Amino acid sequence: MKVYLTRRYLISASHRLHAPALSDEQNCAVYGKCNNPHGHGHNYAVEVTVSGRASAETGMVCNLMDLDAAVWEHVIERFDHQNLNETKEFAEIVPTTENLAEVVFDKLKQNFHSAHLEKVRIEETSMNSFEYAGGKAPQR
Amino acid sequence: MIYLTRKSEFSASHYYHNPEWSKEENQRVFGKCANLNGHGHNYTLEVTVKGEIDPVTGFVVDLRQLKDILNREVVDAMDHRHLNKEVPEFATKNPTTENIAIAIWQRLDQKLKVAKLHRVRLYELPDLFVDFYGEE
Repeated sequence: MKVYLTRRYLISASHRLHAPALSDEQNCAVYGKCNNPHGHGHNYAVEVTVSGRASAETGMVCNLMDLDAAVWEHVIERFDHQNLNETKEFAEIVPTTENLAEVVFDKLKQNFHSAHLEKVRIEETSMNSFEYAGGKAPQR
Repeated sequence: MIYLTRKSEFSASHYYHNPEWSKEENQRVFGKCANLNGHGHNYTLEVTVKGEIDPVTGFVVDLRQLKDILNREVVDAMDHRHLNKEVPEFATKNPTTENIAIAIWQRLDQKLKVAKLHRVRLYELPDLFVDFYGEE
């Protein structure tokens, strides 16, 4: 019987939304306050959902220690207390939370194999959240 | 189709243990949860039912009936209990959040005549929850 397990993590990071293909005026018009050249920051809440059958031996979809270790190594250590614009992952793409959700999903897809990765949901603030399920519609 | 979610809370103790394994193996896999003296959580349960709105009442479900079933099947059975020792489903399997969510679904699905069960979401902690949608 398939169950979905979701674990929530926090990362604090700064970013500036600025698209090199647009003029300064267009960037200002599109991104508003988020285009401030000095950047700004958020406490991002990253929810990682994995799925599978609860193992008969353990009762668990996956060992949380494995999930925590993968998220710690590939997400928290990479992005917590960093300027996202300065990381290699965002050298070519704008660090919107849409893009961050895709980057986090792809990193975990490559590096976490103890259960099926269903989706990554990121709250940028308590008012905005973004979900990415590898291109498919997330389970509700 | 409209979805209604009702929340309830219960507090319970548990531990994780596989009797087929050595003490060391239990400790390695389950960590702090392997302590046989147990530990506890405040669980938050969100039960979502779905259906069409009754044209006479405007309800998808009679909330009083839903509350009564939730209280009888889940809260009375699990609140301030030791899940391993007092809830029959966990006599032989671990009361992980995964297994508790499945057990709650099975308890409700048999008894819930008033609406169709859509999802059981169970929070063990604010940063850890499980969703179960029945057999998929």
